[in-house]
Amino acid sequence: MTNRSLLSFVQYGVLSVAAFLSVFPFFWMVVGATNTSADIIKGKATFGSNLWTNIVNLNAQVDLPRVLFNSFYIAIISTILTLVVASAAGYGFEIFRSKARERLFGGLLLMLSIPFAALMVPLFIMFANAGLINTYSAIIAPSVANIFVIFYFRQATKAFPHELRDAAKIDGLKEYQIFARVYFPVMRSTYAAATIIVFMLNWNNYLWPLIVLQTNEMKTMVLTISSLASAYTPDFGVVMVATILTTLPTLIIFFLLQRLFVQGMLGSVK
Amino acid sequence: MAQTRLGRNENISGWAFIAPAMVLLGIFMIWPILWSLWMSFQTGRGMNMSFGGLSNIIRLTEDPIFVKALGNTLTFLAIQVPIMIMMALIFAVMLNSPRLRFRGLFRTAIFLPAVTSLVAYSILFKSLFSTDGFVNASLIALGLSERGVNWMGDPFYAKIVIITAITWRWTGYNMIFYLAALQNIDKSIYEAARIDGIPAHAQFFKITVPMLKPVILFTTIMSTIGTLQLFDEVQNITLGGPANATLTLSQYIYNLTFRFMPSFGYAATVSYVIVVLVAILSFVQFYVARDRK
Repeated sequence: MTNRSLLSFVQYGVLSVAAFLSVFPFFWMVVGATNTSADIIKGKATFGSNLWTNIVNLNAQVDLPRVLFNSFYIAIISTILTLVVASAAGYGFEIFRSKARERLFGGLLLMLSIPFAALMVPLFIMFANAGLINTYSAIIAPSVANIFVIFYFRQATKAFPHELRDAAKIDGLKEYQIFARVYFPVMRSTYAAATIIVFMLNWNNYLWPLIVLQTNEMKTMVLTISSLASAYTPDFGVVMVATILTTLPTLIIFFLLQRLFVQGMLGSVK
Repeated sequence: MAQTRLGRNENISGWAFIAPAMVLLGIFMIWPILWSLWMSFQTGRGMNMSFGGLSNIIRLTEDPIFVKALGNTLTFLAIQVPIMIMMALIFAVMLNSPRLRFRGLFRTAIFLPAVTSLVAYSILFKSLFSTDGFVNASLIALGLSERGVNWMGDPFYAKIVIITAITWRWTGYNMIFYLAALQNIDKSIYEAARIDGIPAHAQFFKITVPMLKPVILFTTIMSTIGTLQLFDEVQNITLGGPANATLTLSQYIYNLTFRFMPSFGYAATVSYVIVVLVAILSFVQFYVARDRK
């Protein structure tokens, strides 16, 4: 074998193993949903016939419509508010530059490194004092001002043509109208990419909802699979069906909108 | 971009656009982080707190569980982040070679773990690594182990499971950043290197790595911050066990606040350990990767 073909042999080998290991747990999840719990913890990796029983059992243990509603409601409301607040801020920082605001923007960069663990104790006391424990607002409110998304919109706004703003001003539009009627439609794909990333972030949120949402009827999908799987003797067949339901929305979004997905991911951190 | 000075109205508009975000950040970030600093000097249980000076910091040094959680967190960081960054770089370089076939397929497959929720994949790993589970069955079938490994019951192997899981979830994610950066490198540099007869591995270390330095620095810092806050995986795979062998700092703060009789002041002190670690490590990484001129 020549040096070059050896190299490409190694290359295909490494990539194939990596791809296989990356995809296998997804296969395991789907196979697991068709097996009994006993089969799953014995490592059975072939399809079984227990799918329907698992679905019935999951439905008996969990108020699925309610839990799915909680997840979607929190994720959708958070995403809309985040996009409005963060895009306005990104727009404001980029279009109306001033020394004071540039300094503030530099301050945001420092705040990126504040770990959530350092916020959760005072946040919990704050929401407990306000009587908002176990409510949707307690989950949504702290998630809205997302610094990454502000950065993403500021970066994207650099490509927004100034002539459009000038023309709109001559037409007599007020600043907020320019933002809503000119900026928003022009930046559609930026918004679309950000929607995907922010929705996913909120859909998958775990630690803060774990602290705040305390009753079963308020729990999200993520909290539900976590408590199902941490039972003393978890029914893994049921857990796998629930895990599929939790993973499916983000998986579907990814496959339908792969290009926007990657654009949003890369853009928010440039 | 050169810009004329802003008029008075425009300056007011500037503040108006950023105001909602700034107010929210003030309430949900600045205020809590300052409060938590103040709290770290308070002692007491529940809401009955009194000024304790440095007593919480002294308590840190005498608390074996804290020392263990700190050690575990730093172990995860020191082992997992370099392995993952290295693998992500190698995959990215391989995927970037022009003659590769099935590139899109490989890229999508390796990136796919980054689409899962942290809790969902943690549960999958928990079931894969159970005592009689799939991983052990495979090891026995392949003749690599006689009776399988006690993954969840052994402090060493439990750490391996956590490290494997995090690496699975984040390697493809980091790889995408490197792939994007690689596409911006001028191809003629590699051509010149090839004409000069520079071997592939030397091209990797002398051209690719230096060109990618900013993005490597960025991903390393983000991974460091993420690993220092590790919670979802340990909570759902091992619950910090066995005997606190995988307990992380975030999990300890959670336990101090929400599982045991709440000890807010001490929990705030532990959380500031993470703040300080993030600050120090980010600074060190910037310093190491600075341009020496």
